[in-house]
Amino acid sequence: MPVYSDVVMDHFMHPRNVGEIENADGVGEVGNPVCGDMMTFYIKVKDDKIDDVKFKTFGCGAAIAVSSMVSEMAKGKTIEEVRKITPEAVAEELKGLPKQKFHCSNLGAQALNKAVDNYLEKKGDGGEKK
Amino acid sequence: MRKVYLDHSAAMPLLPEVREAMQPYLGEIFGNPSSLHDWGDPAREAVENARVQVAALIGGEAEEILFTASGTESNNFAVKGLALAQQSKGKHVVISAIEHFSVMNAAKTLEKWGFEITAVPVDKFGRVNPEDVRKALRKDTVLVSVMHANGEVGSIEPIKEISQITRENKVIFHTDAVATAGTIPIDVKEMGVDALSLSGNQFYGPRGSAALWVKRGVRIMPLLDGGVQEFGRRAGTEDVPAIVGMGKAAEIALKEMDGRAKKLVPLRDRLIRGLPAKTGHVVVTGPEDVRLPGHASFCVEFIEGEAMLMLLNASGIAVSSGSSCTSRALKASHVLLAMGYSHEIAQGSILFTLGIENVLEDIDYVLQEMPPICERLRQMSPLWAKYLKFAKGDH
Repeated sequence: MPVYSDVVMDHFMHPRNVGEIENADGVGEVGNPVCGDMMTFYIKVKDDKIDDVKFKTFGCGAAIAVSSMVSEMAKGKTIEEVRKITPEAVAEELKGLPKQKFHCSNLGAQALNKAVDNYLEKKGDGGEKK
Repeated sequence: MRKVYLDHSAAMPLLPEVREAMQPYLGEIFGNPSSLHDWGDPAREAVENARVQVAALIGGEAEEILFTASGTESNNFAVKGLALAQQSKGKHVVISAIEHFSVMNAAKTLEKWGFEITAVPVDKFGRVNPEDVRKALRKDTVLVSVMHANGEVGSIEPIKEISQITRENKVIFHTDAVATAGTIPIDVKEMGVDALSLSGNQFYGPRGSAALWVKRGVRIMPLLDGGVQEFGRRAGTEDVPAIVGMGKAAEIALKEMDGRAKKLVPLRDRLIRGLPAKTGHVVVTGPEDVRLPGHASFCVEFIEGEAMLMLLNASGIAVSSGSSCTSRALKASHVLLAMGYSHEIAQGSILFTLGIENVLEDIDYVLQEMPPICERLRQMSPLWAKYLKFAKGDH
């Protein structure tokens, strides 16, 4: 039996929204190489909705699939809706993740939320803060 | 699609001759070697014949071979059994920093039982300096265990030099030769060791066949309590088909060792030279020349091993990786870290172990498939993007 579900494999083999956004409204970075996975999310926000989202990920198959899935789940959502994307919801959309991968690789929602934090901070500070 | 199996350190196919030799013992010859009747006799004879064959592979005596069920068991047996048998003399054990888990974790268990463990370092090629072993020895050292070769980076350790030191100091010396027995020549007398682990599946024998060679006169505490099988040192009814298979595989390995190495070394070198040349930022881990014949290991910078492994699998190529994501324990390889690699680099570990069925075209296929896979993952990697920005700003 394969370790990964067919949805995970599909997102790993054909990741959606890979890349960077120049002049992104928000950038969120999580992880470190010690645990094995690093993710950076970039968002563009328009009318309080995620207009565009891109990511870059260093990590295993699960980490890449999670990033891709999170980017799809985020697109077109309002900030409030994005806040509700949890690691559990991501794993469910992926038809499950191997138990040992759940914590280390399932950082996509966290990275996306950090990008939203960054966007809100920037907005609050008149765009001065990094 | 081409199918290329390059993960022989994980599992090797059984040689047809070995399967054939095992067949009767999976069928009509089912007796227990301990039985004194006509059913037991042929089974016992088969085990004793295999003992001679396995002993011949490493230059030992048949009575010095103890059959076990895995390389892991042999290593546990050696590390715990040899240390426990001598604990009245002292409770200090020396190992290297790059031992297999079955030695490293057995030593950790000894620690819980009141022993002290010293792990000697390795250089950046994964080699132990014998002088470091000398320095690690204490009055109460009762055992040194240093592997013959490392299965992850292919380095071969200076066992003969280390054994001179252990003999001078009258310390028992065990070597884990799972990665080498049946692959490169071994003569236990010339090596000067007191105990040596080997595994049948590392030379095209069946899984579940392994042995520990213990020099005559060396005391070892049994791990399993039970009957008097294996000279009273390893209880449990013998796995006759596995033992027969290991014996046959050992006999063939001894005959064909040189020819196999002559075939594997050029393939290995083609991969070791070709991959870094075709894909930038690839480090060869372990020595570039003096290494296990079919062994090519690398760290590919800016990307992670499991992702590479999965994309290679999608191209029909089977490999291993020492990245933390590939390990169930989610820890980066202690071998690569001990060699001085950073966590970041160690995550990009990828390991090709070749076998006798591989051909030149297999290697060329890898060299064709691998660069676009690395490129694809790098395009996704934030570390690569950072490196490119840094490199640009630097010039």
